[in-house]
Amino acid sequence: MDGLIHQLVSGIASGGIYASVALALVMIYQATHHVNFAQGEMAMFSTYIALTLIQAGVPYWVAFAIVVPVSFGVGALIQRILMEPLAKAPVLASVGVFIGLLLVFNSVAGWIFTYTLKPFPTPFGEGKPLLNGFVSRHDLGSTVVTLVVLISIWAFFRFTKVGLAMRAAAFNPVSSRLVGVPVNKMLALGWGLAAAIGAIAGMMVAPIVFLDPNMMSGVLLYAFAGALLGGITNPLGAVIGGFLVGIIENIGGAYIVGTELKLSMALFIIVVVLVVKPAGLFGKTLVSRV
Amino acid sequence: MPTLLEVVGLHGAYGESKVLHGLDFVVEEGGVTTLLGANGAGKTTTLRAISGMINTQGEIRFAGERIDGLATEAIARRGIAHVPDGRGTFMELTVEENLRLGAYTRNDKAGVAADMARVFDLFPKLHERLSQQAGTLSGGEQQMLAIARALLLRPRLLLLDEPSFGLAPLIVREIFDTMERIVRETKVSILVVEQNASLALAIADRAYLLETGRIVMSGAADDIRKDETLRRSYLGY
Repeated sequence: MDGLIHQLVSGIASGGIYASVALALVMIYQATHHVNFAQGEMAMFSTYIALTLIQAGVPYWVAFAIVVPVSFGVGALIQRILMEPLAKAPVLASVGVFIGLLLVFNSVAGWIFTYTLKPFPTPFGEGKPLLNGFVSRHDLGSTVVTLVVLISIWAFFRFTKVGLAMRAAAFNPVSSRLVGVPVNKMLALGWGLAAAIGAIAGMMVAPIVFLDPNMMSGVLLYAFAGALLGGITNPLGAVIGGFLVGIIENIGGAYIVGTELKLSMALFIIVVVLVVKPAGLFGKTLVSRV
Repeated sequence: MPTLLEVVGLHGAYGESKVLHGLDFVVEEGGVTTLLGANGAGKTTTLRAISGMINTQGEIRFAGERIDGLATEAIARRGIAHVPDGRGTFMELTVEENLRLGAYTRNDKAGVAADMARVFDLFPKLHERLSQQAGTLSGGEQQMLAIARALLLRPRLLLLDEPSFGLAPLIVREIFDTMERIVRETKVSILVVEQNASLALAIADRAYLLETGRIVMSGAADDIRKDETLRRSYLGY
């Protein structure tokens, strides 16, 4: 029983990271109807920048506070420079750019930082596990950080004018322009936010899986499974899906398929969702009169 | 009356196919101007050209300044609210969020609140449905929402694209009555495009008749309404 609770708790912790990346995927998907395959590699690269800063003697949270806005800027620039000219291009052109970005970030990271696994520090201390030994300090800390990020993003979209304008620009760009919303700026903002969320997820997962240029490939797959499971059209659904996948992954890995086959469960979830309920658990079928 | 919008030699095209062939017209401050014409005459395209949604040649002056070539959102910011064909409802958002988006360009909270109250006075149905998903509204309610959303920009010029389209006669009557009220009670000028000429002429001061991208006739709305030959040959009623 203790083992199960332990798996459940660490499932929630890694689920939080999948939820963050799933949210980043869904944000860009909602605005552009494309899945950014490079989301994970961008996060990995941000994490390397953080490590470089920390190794240069910058305190962890200062490095965090530098990397998040820098990632935001890079994300927004990628949208402005690479994606905006492709706004009217066929889907495959965008997919090509996403895969190109994935390869570029991966190779450049390998070139600069080498492919060897590197330990990444946790800001939450290495001490004894908390809560009767069920949860490590890092799992608890990263879950709190993830929840703060997710709640802030939700509040931003729900309660601010810019958040509303971003949703409007994603749903109906033509009408948005007519009420004065600068749609291209909103898209750049969305890319920036997605990159910033990814950077945080990268920094939270790196102490667990160690940092290397392929660190996020597994995470991205779980996140994608989470987004699909919750419904790729629904940010809240994607977040819940991310947490569910984390829990399924940990418990399934411990009791059903074994750790070696954990990643294949992500693919299994993807296939089952697509066959049984393509809209996902919370993907809403919109009601509209014509 | 002073001129608010002046269009000179306006050409417009969708890609290769030219739709507007050199239009000249004006919209006077404080009045209702209507563009009439059959399907495909270029009415919607003219409104899109004013809002910078298509590539154009020629001059468009708003309040004395050139606006042709500006981005759509910049034109909206200058005070032109456009109710597009199909109404442009944000289907996935609530009625309230649709209205808040209408006021996106404004920062005067008190003014927005006052205008919000005003559109509820004009369209009480919207107030009852504030938290409802806008996509579930009926066609007439969506048209009301679209006009309310446009008014919240506090525009100097309101562009309306076929407000009667696809609606039951009773609802159309209601919407046109409200439009008359808006003109009476506010300083907003309206450029309305309509296939239903008799409706539009009843509330308009000035009318232009569009045929295959050219203006073939213009004049005071009353004169056109009274001229039976004209009405029969061009407007078909």
